[in-house]
Amino acid sequence: MSDTILNIENITKSFPRVIANKKVTFDIKKNAVHAILGENGAGKSTLVKILYGLLEPDEGNIKLNNKDFKVNSPAEARKQGIGMVFQHFSLFDSLSVKENLILGIDEKMTYSDLENKLENISSRYNLPLDLDAPITALSAGEKQRVEIVRILLQDPQILIMDEPTSVLTPQEVESLFVTLNALVKEGRTILYITHKLEEVISICDTVTIMRSGEIIDTSSTANQTAKTLATKMLGQKLDDLKTNYEHIKDEVNFEVKNISCDFNDPFLTDLKNISFQVRVGEIYGIAGVAGNGQSELMDILTGENINIKSGSITFDNKKIEKYGPQKRRDLSISFVPENRLGHSAVPELSLSENILLSQFPKNNFIKNGIILKNNVDDFANNVINEFKVITPGNDAKASSLSGGNLQKYVIGREISSKPKILIISHPTWGIDAGAEHSIRESLIELSQNGTSIIVISQDLDELIEITHKISVIYDGKLSKPFRTSEVEIEKLGLLMGGKNE
Amino acid sequence: MNSLFPSIASRSQSSGLMNFFVPIISIVLTLITGSIIFILLGFDPVYALYTFFISPISSTYGISELFVKATPLALIAIGLSYCFKNNIYNIGAEGQLTMGAIFGGGIGILFHDTNAFWLLPLMIFAGAIGGALWGLIPAILKTKFNTNEILTSLMLVYVALFILDYLVVGPWKDPFGYSFPKSRPFSESGRMPLLFDGLRVHFGLIITLFLIFVSWFIFSKTIFGFQLKVSGYSPKAARYAGFNQTTLVFFAFAICGAFAGIAGLAEVSGPIGLLYRDISPNYGFTAIIVAFLGRLHPIGIIFASLVIALTYLGAEDAQLFLQIPSAVGFIFQGLVLFYLLGAELLINYKLTYKKLL
Repeated sequence: MSDTILNIENITKSFPRVIANKKVTFDIKKNAVHAILGENGAGKSTLVKILYGLLEPDEGNIKLNNKDFKVNSPAEARKQGIGMVFQHFSLFDSLSVKENLILGIDEKMTYSDLENKLENISSRYNLPLDLDAPITALSAGEKQRVEIVRILLQDPQILIMDEPTSVLTPQEVESLFVTLNALVKEGRTILYITHKLEEVISICDTVTIMRSGEIIDTSSTANQTAKTLATKMLGQKLDDLKTNYEHIKDEVNFEVKNISCDFNDPFLTDLKNISFQVRVGEIYGIAGVAGNGQSELMDILTGENINIKSGSITFDNKKIEKYGPQKRRDLSISFVPENRLGHSAVPELSLSENILLSQFPKNNFIKNGIILKNNVDDFANNVINEFKVITPGNDAKASSLSGGNLQKYVIGREISSKPKILIISHPTWGIDAGAEHSIRESLIELSQNGTSIIVISQDLDELIEITHKISVIYDGKLSKPFRTSEVEIEKLGLLMGGKNE
Repeated sequence: MNSLFPSIASRSQSSGLMNFFVPIISIVLTLITGSIIFILLGFDPVYALYTFFISPISSTYGISELFVKATPLALIAIGLSYCFKNNIYNIGAEGQLTMGAIFGGGIGILFHDTNAFWLLPLMIFAGAIGGALWGLIPAILKTKFNTNEILTSLMLVYVALFILDYLVVGPWKDPFGYSFPKSRPFSESGRMPLLFDGLRVHFGLIITLFLIFVSWFIFSKTIFGFQLKVSGYSPKAARYAGFNQTTLVFFAFAICGAFAGIAGLAEVSGPIGLLYRDISPNYGFTAIIVAFLGRLHPIGIIFASLVIALTYLGAEDAQLFLQIPSAVGFIFQGLVLFYLLGAELLINYKLTYKKLL
């Protein structure tokens, strides 16, 4: 076919423990905006990294203009006509716009040539730039413009945009779309990576939907609605549920009220007026696509960030929003952040030592500042046995455990102190099915014994399987809660994609 | 075809055994490189290395001198481990040493005609306070203004040296010193007692061994040592655990400063006996090498301090017997550090050659 610019055939790429791309096959038409839509972990980034020469596929072929295309580095990809604008910018903050652009040029060029070229690009594609401004003084949208101009200087046929609107204001999004349209009109092709349904429909011509490394569908966006896209993106979720609500008490023991927090950082999401309540024994789920304020909210719930603009957190009738993590633990609040290595556990330390990261008043780990090693070791052994952590012993380094085993260990550490409430982020992220199952079971069991649990997760299946109530976070705003046994998947999908009907 | 230039890739698992051997490998490579340098200079490498590394310690006096040099190195290095374990790069131990010498030495000058049992303890205490206060300046700048402690601590070295300079040519100048830039000598009870008659090795060695033991206990048995370690490995995990990182920065700098201050005081009240301009042949900087060569471990630091002390003595002998500038000692110190860092990199990373098309 003459109007196809890129044929992707049977691309497979696997990493230890996960297959990121499974026989991915689709074509990209010339002169169009082609969206790749999918949840986090669907395999979008892996695919574009392969296209841009950052990763090497295990199997499969790519054809650019019907010729075999194989690159080993981004520089080669650029030479062949593929440019990419990353979600995180790679600019030198202390240098000026002009200097940054010069640094990105591969070939020789005179200074006046460059200026002419820049002027040309700026006016043609609606990309106004102040060449002498230092990068630090620019807004996120302006920085993105510098990135785009830098790529356009190389005159690419295909431009890959990775979640381009995630750091932009609505006005900046508008102006980006004008630019993208101008680029397409000129005969360039844009590969648009996103999880936002609305954007797919408004500016993309074709959409490829990915789920767990596989292509679900490639079709024109003309007769798609946000709803049909959401269903395809999320897939058929479990519908036959046996969530047990009986043990939940009426008493609310954890309440978040009108929490707002501004970060003044384009890579963080401001939290807007977040409120929710958790009852004794209830599992409360917070769903959403990554980067919508989950980690920011988690930091506030754990006390790692106590600089909130307004709002309050109440636990057992105490205001705790100004308490740090240890003070919250003293009240029997426990937490497990998303990242195991370097956050909830220190990879370089032994399993025993990792116990000491989270101390509750009833643990007898320390006396007069001296570590009671026997008590710590006993506790560690207990966690290892009870949660079936596979390891040679409590002196093994945390880094030697597989993700699933370490996660079981960390969660076990928290559960073993019998907290009144457990706040956990992405409990089964990146671990094998066996560990996933056993972790979900222990969470359910914990709630039945009267512990309240807050689960933040991108994995909708997981939330539907274990939670009693669920709400969705999008752009720092939390939706109202739904009873998990009654909520429609499409409703959640739309909320996750930012459509609130 | 493979690319000519390797790139580095992270090793999934670093070998614990090799980790242990890093210091030994670095020393062996240093000796090999040293021999090559000696050959290029036209010396018999065996004789040169003998002069450099064996002859300085072939007498009781030489061994005593080795301990005299190793004492400040080990004491400062163990202090630096409080900072380095916490991932704080305090480069200013030389300044903290100087300030310790000024504070402690100041007491010694004030009481230059007093002979009392409390004088030396008071001087040691003042030395510790002086060093700690000087160390706290970069700590405050780091925690309040987020400045880089490498720069501030380093710059404060020169400030401290100039203060010492001013004092010994100005207000603290010895009135009977024929205008030499030096202070009055301390009284007899303001001097570190010698451990053996006729040898210069002094009581500072005992203080150093004691503080090394205390530090070993802190690092391996107390929650404070654990907090330093966690905060060094992963600030995020420390925040999660609820450790107060500002406090940890202050403690690390204060302890390191105090140890360096005591080392400075031990120098002026030990072998020197008064204040003058050049109280330290860069002990504060060389101790950085000692700390890393000793893998920030108390036992390792003891051995490393002896090895590096030997390069000081070797340089003196080489100057005397081979007519080589004593700067050769610094070359050996530099080589050790170079190989140490290189070996360390290769333990955690491997070289890979990218396939070319």
